[in-house]
Amino acid sequence: MSLTNNTSRRAAAATIETFHGSSLELKNLTMAYGDIEVLRNVNLTVAPGTTTCIIGPSGSGKSTLLRGVNRLHEPKSGDVLLAGESALKVNPDILRARIGMVFQHFNLFPDHTALENVALALWSVKGMPKAEARERARHRLAEVGLAERADHRPRDLSGGQQQRVAIARALAMEPEVMLFDEATSALDPELVKGVLNLMAGLAKRGMTMVVVTHEMGFARKVADQVVFMDEGEVVEAGTPAELFDNPKSERLRRFLSEVL
Amino acid sequence: MDWFSTITRTFFDFGAMAEVLPQLIGVGLLNTLIISVAATIIGVALGMVVAVMGISSSKWLRIPARIYTDLFRGLPAILTILLIGQGFARLSQSIFGPSPYPLGIIALALIASAYIGEIFRAGIQSVDKGQGEACRALGMSYAKSMRLVVVPQGIRRVLPALVNQFIAIVKDSSLVYFLGLLVGERELFRVGQDAAVLSGNLSPLVMAGVFYLVITVPLTHLVNYFDARFRTGRRRATPPTSGLKEVTELDAASPLITGSNT
Repeated sequence: MSLTNNTSRRAAAATIETFHGSSLELKNLTMAYGDIEVLRNVNLTVAPGTTTCIIGPSGSGKSTLLRGVNRLHEPKSGDVLLAGESALKVNPDILRARIGMVFQHFNLFPDHTALENVALALWSVKGMPKAEARERARHRLAEVGLAERADHRPRDLSGGQQQRVAIARALAMEPEVMLFDEATSALDPELVKGVLNLMAGLAKRGMTMVVVTHEMGFARKVADQVVFMDEGEVVEAGTPAELFDNPKSERLRRFLSEVL
Repeated sequence: MDWFSTITRTFFDFGAMAEVLPQLIGVGLLNTLIISVAATIIGVALGMVVAVMGISSSKWLRIPARIYTDLFRGLPAILTILLIGQGFARLSQSIFGPSPYPLGIIALALIASAYIGEIFRAGIQSVDKGQGEACRALGMSYAKSMRLVVVPQGIRRVLPALVNQFIAIVKDSSLVYFLGLLVGERELFRVGQDAAVLSGNLSPLVMAGVFYLVITVPLTHLVNYFDARFRTGRRRATPPTSGLKEVTELDAASPLITGSNT
């Protein structure tokens, strides 16, 4: 890559910095919808700059766990520590500005261009002057390979492109942690790789990531830690090698035999 | 032939129509539009407040909004206009002077805001929940996410319904004449009616009716046109594309993506 004489690529390379991800820790996290506990006593430690993949069947509480981390849904009990401090004690809006989230269905703003999608929170949340916000947004879009598409609206972009805009939008806020909620589940099969490669690139550059995914190949290759969840609880956690090659629990063995 | 000439004389007395025309345009049409536009502007502003209150998570905002809506939607327009127009006449006199317009406009706006509030509420609630969630996940407050993202999308969807509401206001504006209008304050209906008394036939009222239709019919069709546009979108059909295009594009893209391959 360093030997390329493609100037645009070199220009983009110069703008890419390494990230400084923070640590994340869940302590006895319990979450409920009404009376139904969908997450029970989850403990999880994510070291700074590492990637944790959460796998498990639908309805096992994976997405709920992510929504507890940034308090889109308030935890019932337990604690979330971001960079060692309790996330439950700070203003949720300030907390969320420090945590990026990428959704299964992108959730781009349909009446905004790709550029405006990325720039919106920069000026409205970070208080950046609009011109500067647009400049920053342009850089971020270039990083995810969409400089040419900056003025397209979401409906004129493919699913893969939309998801890359969504990632750029989250990254532009300079988050300390990135949460991915089945980011590739709604994509054309051919476009999955581009998004996964982008995510792997973030992991390599020191972002702390929690990734809910059904892509076992990605989990095995990129994750530092894999967590298997079922029925609202963590069944097993460990390195990819431990979980995929040597599953301890019967439940995980069953799961892997079905999906691999 | 007798009944035919009776009908013509009653409804289509062109002399009487021509006579009332200048007044219909110069006084009636102008005043009808002033009342309707003013009531619509106030009604839209109030309606937005009612809508935002109505979707609040606090019942202290939700319940008053509900009662307000039920009240002004449930009463006949004429009753609300008379109650407000006559009930507050003295207060209005000391603030705005003797014209019944302010109270008439306020009464029409209150009625309209109950409907417009429901229109906005439905529009806002029809916006995908993910939109608000994406905003919140970026650190926006509830108010900001509503103002910058959710509400604008909701409004765009209900524009046709809002135009329909304007048409209803134009028609209801005729009821303001119950509050007593000076000669120069008369709106379309009153101008037509006064002239009908003088001419001894209904032709001036028919002419007034034509003016209402001139306002409302084009709007109705404009709405239908835009409604169709909003539904189908502006997209033209695109030829089949190859997924490979994007795949190759990605391979040539930025190092943040391709970096993981090296």
